[in-house]
Amino acid sequence: MENKLPFVDVLKDIHGYQRKADLGSFEYSHKAEITNVYPLTSNEKLYQIQIVDPDMRRRFTFQPGQFVMLEVPGVGEAPFSISSSPIRHGDIELCIRNVGNLTNFLARVERGVQVGITGPFGTSFPLKEMMGQNIFLIAGGLGIAPLRSPILSVLENRSRYANVDIIYGARQPSELLFTYQYDMWRKFDISLDIIVEKPDAQWKGPVGLSTDILRKKLAEPDGSLSNNTYAIVCGPPVMFKFVCNMLTEAGIPMQKMFVSLERRMHCGRGKCCRCNVGSTYTCLKGPVFDYWSVMNLKEAI
Amino acid sequence: MIFRLINKRELRELFDVLAENRIIGPVQKGTSHDGKALYAFEPVFDFDDLKLDYTSTARPAKRYFLPSHETLCTFSVHENGWEKTVDFNIHEPHVFFGMHACDINALDKLDKVLLESNFPTPYYAAKRKNMFIIGVECTPQPSCFCRSMGTDSAFHGFDMFLTDLGDSYFVEVQSATAFNFLKNIRTREPKEKDHARYMKVVADKNSMFTTSVDTTDLAKILDMEFQSDVWKYWGDRCLSCGTCASVCPTCYCYGVEESVDIDLKGAKKKKHLYSCNLIDFAEVAGGHNFRPESHSRLKYRYYHKHRGFMEEFEESLCVGCGRCSEACLAKITVPEVIASVRSGVKPKGKKGRHGK
Repeated sequence: MENKLPFVDVLKDIHGYQRKADLGSFEYSHKAEITNVYPLTSNEKLYQIQIVDPDMRRRFTFQPGQFVMLEVPGVGEAPFSISSSPIRHGDIELCIRNVGNLTNFLARVERGVQVGITGPFGTSFPLKEMMGQNIFLIAGGLGIAPLRSPILSVLENRSRYANVDIIYGARQPSELLFTYQYDMWRKFDISLDIIVEKPDAQWKGPVGLSTDILRKKLAEPDGSLSNNTYAIVCGPPVMFKFVCNMLTEAGIPMQKMFVSLERRMHCGRGKCCRCNVGSTYTCLKGPVFDYWSVMNLKEAI
Repeated sequence: MIFRLINKRELRELFDVLAENRIIGPVQKGTSHDGKALYAFEPVFDFDDLKLDYTSTARPAKRYFLPSHETLCTFSVHENGWEKTVDFNIHEPHVFFGMHACDINALDKLDKVLLESNFPTPYYAAKRKNMFIIGVECTPQPSCFCRSMGTDSAFHGFDMFLTDLGDSYFVEVQSATAFNFLKNIRTREPKEKDHARYMKVVADKNSMFTTSVDTTDLAKILDMEFQSDVWKYWGDRCLSCGTCASVCPTCYCYGVEESVDIDLKGAKKKKHLYSCNLIDFAEVAGGHNFRPESHSRLKYRYYHKHRGFMEEFEESLCVGCGRCSEACLAKITVPEVIASVRSGVKPKGKKGRHGK
């Protein structure tokens, strides 16, 4: 009798790399090319990244709020929110600040470099549910990066939404991102308020915090906020608390308020535990959470 | 389940039958300063080296299915791009001869998150699917509290399980493969009196536990006591060394690092097991640390084990093997931490690391 145990080759059962349940999908990454690099400020750049295979590029779909893992072989892999419109499929844009190993490397690369893209991962902003309603989009600093995707999506479906208010706060005018698009957003009948903490000589806009603008906005009587308004908030951890409290007091229900959380991630697939908030995986149950879920997550904000 | 009875002498025969495969089992590695035998899971080539009556191993068998360092993929880099090669780092089945129920339960728990949830990890799957497991009944040690965690016996996740009845082994046969192997040796159907002997051995074992943890409503209590001062006390004692995670049979968190080969023609992506107690566990690029204090990291560890996993899978991630209690340099033990969180009373008599 044969007493040698048969070797089980787990790869045999793999049907493709698209399905979450496939073992082969775990370490599969789309080859993608950085087709353009656009400097936004001295620290942030916008990278246009195109999945090389045309068929895969078309099949790559995501929802605003989701993120991808971007990998540069030998340098590292990290999660980035997608900043482009979902109608562009696998022709994505990532807004990246040079702060770590990988991003400092990326700051030096030019167009034409091949990288790896995995994903999309995580939850998204429920833009379908928001249809017919007013939307507040409140961003602080780099928080505009994950909000640009829902903003563009709303622009492309403008007739399906009521009032759209963007409030964007930054430390100083030189740190404002996507300045070249503000006129376009306004022309599409979106209210855009920009506020900085430290103005420079040329700054003509308001000075202060995004909550200053929000307070004024919420003071304007505009029907009942509790049944006609959604809010999307993204920014530094301190901002969440103030903004979300203000919105709650104004009557927006917690489950109609969405935030996008930033955490360290090494896998993006609910395995490495690095992104856990309390004991919830930001990569699986987030990065987009409604405010009620965030309230229930210990140590979230 | 099918039960068999084998004479003790027959076990050597079974070992020889299985020896065509690579066998991993408990062997004695040395003696501690107080004269106790120290055991480890190692490849076994001789039946006499296999110590089935071992107390416990300092480290779990984790390194065979969740190695502390593992290459996830290699890249060959050229002018216009790169190619990725993935290897799951296993090329033959392994026989695990002599795992205790806690370690088998640990595997079942790991399966839930690494195999049965979305994005199953093929590195673990490949190794797990190539394990043939023979469990063996244990003797409770002073730091064992598996009975409190419901992991003192294993219902699945193994191929066969042995219980020492003195002159023979009572065998639970879980898989067809195990059944076929048993055809090579002499076995017999257990009789009513063998069942009684088995029940006696199990009852005796159950009476030997000296450590217990009250897990009633533990997940809720952890939520209620999130701001408790008790955490600060334990955080002060904790050295943030990560030893508990490295000896834990269910700790699976990790970090990934990439490196460029010395010839600049290739690159590697490596995974290393990590610990949520290490200071930079939740630090993001740019330097913001979501858990800068020792107590917040220690607390997080308990939240993941006893609350988060519970929320997701209706069971705790701790199997009560007591290895972390044994290994902790600051002598922090799970039963003590949980008891103090439940009662809100810091332990008396022992001072924190900084005398606080």
